[in-house]
Amino acid sequence: MPSMTVNERPIRFDMDPETPLLWALRDAANLTGTKYGCGNGDCGACMVLVDGEALRSCLITIAEAEGRQITTIEGLSRDRSHPVQQAMVAEQAIQCGFCTPGIVIAAAALIARNADPSDADIKQAIPNLCRCGVYPRLIAAVKRAGRVARRVERISAAPAPGIDARDAAASVPAMRPADEDSR
Amino acid sequence: MSEQIEQRGPQLSRRGLLRAGVLAGGGLALTASLPMVARAAVTGAGAAVQPATLNAYVTIGADNIITIAAKNPEVGQGIKTMLPMLIAEEMDADWDMVRIEQAEFNPAKYGMQLAGGSFSTPMNWIPMRQVGAATRAMLVQAAALRWGVPVAGLKAEKGKIVEISSGRSLSFGDVAADAALVPVPDLASVPLKADKDFTIIGRSIAGIDSQRIVEGKPIFGVDTMLPGMRYAAFERAPIFGAKLVSANLDAARAVPGVEDVFVLEGGDNPELLVDGVAIIAKNWWIANKAREQLEIEWDGGQWASHSTAGYDAKAQELFGQAPTSDIAVSGDVDAAFAAAAKVVEADYSYPFLAHVPMEPQNCTSLLREDGVMEMWAPTQMPQAGHGGVCQQLGLAPEKVVVHITRMGGGFGRRLTNDFMVQSAAIAAKKPGVPIQLIWSRQDDLRSDFYRPGGYHRLRAALDESGKLTGFDGHFVTFSTGGKVNFNAAMGGKEFPIHFLDNLRYRQSAIDTRVPMGSLRAPQSNALSFVQQSFLDEVAREQGRDLPALMLELLASRDEFPEENGFLGKQPGFSPKRATAVIEKALQMGGWEGRTDGNRRAKGFGFYFSHLGYFAEVVEASVDARGQVSVHNVWAAGDVGRHIINPFGAMNQVEGAIIDGIGQALALAVQIESGAVVQSNFHDYPIPRIPATPQIEVEFIKSDNDPTGLGEPALPPVIPALTNAIFAATGKRIRSLPIDKAQLV
Repeated sequence: MPSMTVNERPIRFDMDPETPLLWALRDAANLTGTKYGCGNGDCGACMVLVDGEALRSCLITIAEAEGRQITTIEGLSRDRSHPVQQAMVAEQAIQCGFCTPGIVIAAAALIARNADPSDADIKQAIPNLCRCGVYPRLIAAVKRAGRVARRVERISAAPAPGIDARDAAASVPAMRPADEDSR
Repeated sequence: MSEQIEQRGPQLSRRGLLRAGVLAGGGLALTASLPMVARAAVTGAGAAVQPATLNAYVTIGADNIITIAAKNPEVGQGIKTMLPMLIAEEMDADWDMVRIEQAEFNPAKYGMQLAGGSFSTPMNWIPMRQVGAATRAMLVQAAALRWGVPVAGLKAEKGKIVEISSGRSLSFGDVAADAALVPVPDLASVPLKADKDFTIIGRSIAGIDSQRIVEGKPIFGVDTMLPGMRYAAFERAPIFGAKLVSANLDAARAVPGVEDVFVLEGGDNPELLVDGVAIIAKNWWIANKAREQLEIEWDGGQWASHSTAGYDAKAQELFGQAPTSDIAVSGDVDAAFAAAAKVVEADYSYPFLAHVPMEPQNCTSLLREDGVMEMWAPTQMPQAGHGGVCQQLGLAPEKVVVHITRMGGGFGRRLTNDFMVQSAAIAAKKPGVPIQLIWSRQDDLRSDFYRPGGYHRLRAALDESGKLTGFDGHFVTFSTGGKVNFNAAMGGKEFPIHFLDNLRYRQSAIDTRVPMGSLRAPQSNALSFVQQSFLDEVAREQGRDLPALMLELLASRDEFPEENGFLGKQPGFSPKRATAVIEKALQMGGWEGRTDGNRRAKGFGFYFSHLGYFAEVVEASVDARGQVSVHNVWAAGDVGRHIINPFGAMNQVEGAIIDGIGQALALAVQIESGAVVQSNFHDYPIPRIPATPQIEVEFIKSDNDPTGLGEPALPPVIPALTNAIFAATGKRIRSLPIDKAQLV
């Protein structure tokens, strides 16, 4: 039963050790922010931080992740305050948003080691696919995130989300609390 | 809010009338308020904190938080943010106090709930504003009653009702409960704001789900999670149209973690259920992996021999025969060619394409104890999916409940809901167990409803002066059972149809079982390439450039009259609007006429589709190895007098441009032995960051009602690119995707 640290919590997966980390996170740990897009490492939608490095979780088995520190999109910050999260929203580098978690992870890993990336650095560090084509905005967002990380710019807090768990659940009917099922 | 809306009361008949009347007009139902009696029952001590539901779209709490229902599915196009903006605008709401909820699937309440065809904007521009204006009138009325003053002295302003003379005010939350008792005004006559008073329309507003997206909240269909849920994979025939002959399921059943394996017998319609085997497991990886253990014999019949090479050969054969039907015929084409001083001839072709939205097809279904099939479906057209499930399973409409989820892209793929039918058919075998069907990316690429390929043989007649005097086209397209799918057809209005006296466009078809469907800018995404490339050839033969030819032809015809379309009466093609965007794009792109040679050059393309006008200039270069780089794109568009949310609009245009470039440079779905060859992103390589050009976009705000932006920016970029490649290299691209070897 492979054990690892996921978002600062110890987790032991009672699953086939050959299970890709992606599916252990999604189907067993309920961490659905990490996305399946291709299953063979082409798209990057499944990227998570493994000991600080952005890796494709569809290509890593939970046996290989044994003892590692995993950070998923849900664990990147407590309050979506990571510079990349802020910049992606501020630049509206999001259309459907399905590739966004993997891109945020890739960009976060880049900013952590180089907070002033060039276009070439960004192209190299973010091989992720975005079918909607937010790329021009993405490049701007990553640079802006770098400026935030370097403390040369602040992004004013996003509009008060005022979203509690109930409201968030309301957007996914499957997750609506049982007492609202009277509909 | 929903349970309150459905309560019955004395206003029911009026409500029914209102609903029926409005539905006929624009697919909108403004359900009336709670009746007085029902409201009284919930008033009392707790009344102040009970949010008041004013109509099907708007609920206002005493805390002034306004919850607006977004009726159409959100597929990444921004409609969940944009439609509520229209309501909030006319309400004079404070946008910071607005929350948005995805509306449930309920056509009786919301009319058409569709994400497709760039229809959402033109269909809802007026109706959503009417909802907002009616809501505002109800709030004003409630304040007038509270103060005992006439409504004429009151105005709504950023979430408040203000008495103009005294300046005193009540917040929306203060009067919401009373407003819910006010009769709903007549939507058709409720006054709408003047454009100059807009404060929300025209503002760049971030997508309403952005915050939840960047922190990985479960908001997509595939994030649906229900207690006791199991996962399913579905193995269908690789060959389109094949039937299942026999299946040995034992080995798959023996895989640890697999809970059930069963055959589902389908029919011939790929939009419903086709033959296949379902595997149920405790996680999806196990279910999908167990497919390798299936031993299935398929019978592909005659379809097993179909191939792209066979279609190419068949098209050549059909070019040698008389076409079988007319698309458009005018004047005396044969005489024009007989008298021609010069004839330009070319064959064009383009491949089948897949949609590959980032979120693979999926659907979660639960057959409940009460016999209701409850579904969580990422669908662009829930009505169609709901209908398909009812048809396949023989269920009454009220026995199928569909929840609309956010989608990880669609591009037209999720207009067809075969995955919903499969999901329901699987869940029907496992009553009481919620089951999430997920397709692998391979499934997605190999079970699509593809953009049809096509072949065009074109001839243009020029007289001594170089004037274009005749046009003759033969379109070889695809049919299924002899019927040409909408997406494989021409509309018969494509430029230069109606712009030349002597013109003939005729058609033949190749029968196939490859499923066809709508891909972003259906028809136009392929026809633009053929038309604007060939006209570029004609213009060059005339010794000028394509924009010069286009502007001359456009100037030769008056504005076209209104016509009947999907939206009812809709404006006809406007040569003036076309001319304006062309001139704008040329100016933006620093167009200097033909700039040939030195392997870096500009190309031009124009196309009108989905009521939108786009002209684009592309600057591209080709290196010694034939590698194409796109450096700049300048796009001028006209989609009416307002850009409702510039954030969403710019994203749609930029995305459409990158989408089109990606298709032109690399994408094709090929058929071999009746099945699709491509299987994943390594052989269906959609663009990555390095393929991104600099993109500049400007909108011409012509005096027309706003129309949609999901599609019209895509078609022109493809010929603009291939025309740029010709200018750079002298090599004419007549077949997509672009063959690098041809450019060396």
